[in-house]
Amino acid sequence: MCGIAGIISQDSTALRTLALERMTEALSHRGPDEHGLHIEGSAALGHARLSIIDLAGGHQPMQLHDGRMWTTFNGEIFNYIELRQELEQKGHKFVTKSDTEVILHLYQEYGTDFVQRMNGQWALAIWDDARKQLFLSRDRMGIRPLYYTTVGGALIFASEIKAILAHPRVPRQLDLQALDQIFTFWCPLPSRTTFKNIHQLPPGHSGIFKDGHLKTWRYWKLNYEWQTDESPRAVERAADQLFELLLDAARIRLRADVPVGAYLSGGLDSAVTTALITRLVPENLRTFSVGFEDADLDESVWQREAASFFGVGHESIRCSAEDIGEVFPDVIWHMEQPVLRTAPAPLYILSRLVRESGFKVVLTGEGSDEILGGYDIFKEAKVRRFIARNIDSKFRPLLLRRLYPYIGNIQKQSPAYLQRFFHVNPSDVENPFFSHIPRWTLTARAKTFFSDDVRQELGGYDCLSDMRSELPTEFSRWDGFSQAQYLETAHLLPNYILSAQGDRVAMAHSVEGRYPFLDYRVVEFASHLSPALKMKALDEKYLLKRMAKGLVPESILSRPKQPYRAPDGRSFVHGKAREYVDEILSAETIRNAGIFKPEPVRMLLEKFRSGRPTNTGDDMALVGILSTSLLMDQFIYQNRKQDCACTTYSESFATLS
Amino acid sequence: MYNLQRELRDFIVTNFMFGDGAGLADNDSFINKGVIDSTGVLELVMHLEETYRIQVKDNELVPENLDSIDNLVAFISRKLAAEQELVTAAQA
Repeated sequence: MCGIAGIISQDSTALRTLALERMTEALSHRGPDEHGLHIEGSAALGHARLSIIDLAGGHQPMQLHDGRMWTTFNGEIFNYIELRQELEQKGHKFVTKSDTEVILHLYQEYGTDFVQRMNGQWALAIWDDARKQLFLSRDRMGIRPLYYTTVGGALIFASEIKAILAHPRVPRQLDLQALDQIFTFWCPLPSRTTFKNIHQLPPGHSGIFKDGHLKTWRYWKLNYEWQTDESPRAVERAADQLFELLLDAARIRLRADVPVGAYLSGGLDSAVTTALITRLVPENLRTFSVGFEDADLDESVWQREAASFFGVGHESIRCSAEDIGEVFPDVIWHMEQPVLRTAPAPLYILSRLVRESGFKVVLTGEGSDEILGGYDIFKEAKVRRFIARNIDSKFRPLLLRRLYPYIGNIQKQSPAYLQRFFHVNPSDVENPFFSHIPRWTLTARAKTFFSDDVRQELGGYDCLSDMRSELPTEFSRWDGFSQAQYLETAHLLPNYILSAQGDRVAMAHSVEGRYPFLDYRVVEFASHLSPALKMKALDEKYLLKRMAKGLVPESILSRPKQPYRAPDGRSFVHGKAREYVDEILSAETIRNAGIFKPEPVRMLLEKFRSGRPTNTGDDMALVGILSTSLLMDQFIYQNRKQDCACTTYSESFATLS
Repeated sequence: MYNLQRELRDFIVTNFMFGDGAGLADNDSFINKGVIDSTGVLELVMHLEETYRIQVKDNELVPENLDSIDNLVAFISRKLAAEQELVTAAQA
């Protein structure tokens, strides 16, 4: 796994070298093994490498040996062996064993459409010197990140925003509309970032930059069109197919020249992943997990049970609220976006353990909940639709209690309250966002902390209408369950789960995640399954459970689903966090930043510190405000130590320009 | 002078609205106004039980009792009056 960066501009070679060195250096955590730069015509490509495949031969940027093409590539092409054979039959000659070289030959053979042939996770750029154009592409699900900006006719791109900001021509400005999106959806919309004028290439997109213009297009999309066959025989067949696909997805994801580990969360998905690996490579698998001091959140018992069932070497780390508070500023630095929950922090601590144990690659169960119907939000929407059909029923709202058996507060609610909270309005059923209304409404409460200036600048900005304009035309044809799945899979998955909670916190410690459930063949298969096979009545991931019988411990199969959660607001009350929280959330700092109102922020913090009971809205507000303020401090005001050494660099850049 | 309405309003505004209660009328629904979420109700009930030394029964956990300042004033007044009657009856 690696980091990529590049500049396409008419600046002098010296200037671009200087800027690119700086940009590549900002990605060192992603690729500590070696750095490479190549400048050819108006293109300057950079690469920070973490060697996983062809340790000796896979240096980058890489040139096609008999052509004028260069690539800088982050990720893995898992079917590169098959693709290479295919290309060799067509007469292509290879000089390395790496998947990177396969990319160049594919481009030469098939043109920009070649990405359709790849099964993998990638962010890549190819400079085609004959055509004087840069080709950019990002994998179908958005596993690997790719950001870019255009400044004065130049294109600047990189794996992380901090590398783009390392270029002295790029202004640092918070995008308030993106902040508004995050304070509703938990993440910005697919092409946006927290920073003004810095964009993402959305998942499943490619683009060409030529003559100062970038043109992007979608090369792959999610589609939920399914057959209704739910007969026992059809279910059996589907379970077999799912198993075969997942096994092959895991098989090609074990291709690496370094040892591969796995995460074991105590839930079904990571148990399935581990089961698949142990079938393919029966020995020496090492698994990793994070546990919590808080018994309500801790899943250690299940993790140990799964580890002993599979007979794997298992390592775990226990994480306290104070630990989360302590690492949170570093986590923000890596995530580069405000968050409403602390959940990425424990995974940051976990990836450190993985790295310290000598592993660079882990397989995890990410994506299963999205594509096979595991999330509570799907179940919640189903119950709410059921209630909406008979709004006066006294019994139906009680079903809502079954949704969140792990939240005591909800168990104690009366039906009347449950019904009100979950917004069961018969008229809402037609709303395209029906499934997400409760979550988004609750999250948006944190916007009451926005300062008057921010509100004024946002004017009548409506992020829901922006979200609506992102929906594909097919969306309205899909059933409610598929619509909810789409919102999770196309938005939250790439822009939060796989980035803030995935790539960033893993790559912070040079660890690469690989996700068998997100093999596009598995995703396409799942999107053609009837929703009834994903959630039968209120039984989530029905087909996966059928498939997993006998593969994973019975206790893991039958335990109630528990979502991964971490201590939120209380992580910042005690311990080392207290010191920086005092400073970052002081009335003066908050006033100077101008994003939030100082007095309400003080009262919110006081509410946590006084030990008074708090609610989910308070948690999200505190984590959201604190993460935004840390982000401002680190990226806008550049107060982070690691980022301060750039003064001399900026001076030399100024001299050269 | 003891003012139940002001006391309850202060609590709601401080605890759930962080000081900014300008947009909340006494008859506004907390839920519709987005002041309280599902976890907030329990927080409110804990406060009422501790401050007014009352016990909120399961069947009293309904928006009609708890979902606006007016509803809260009426509910607490009723509860306090009932307690008072009990005390008086016990003393008689």
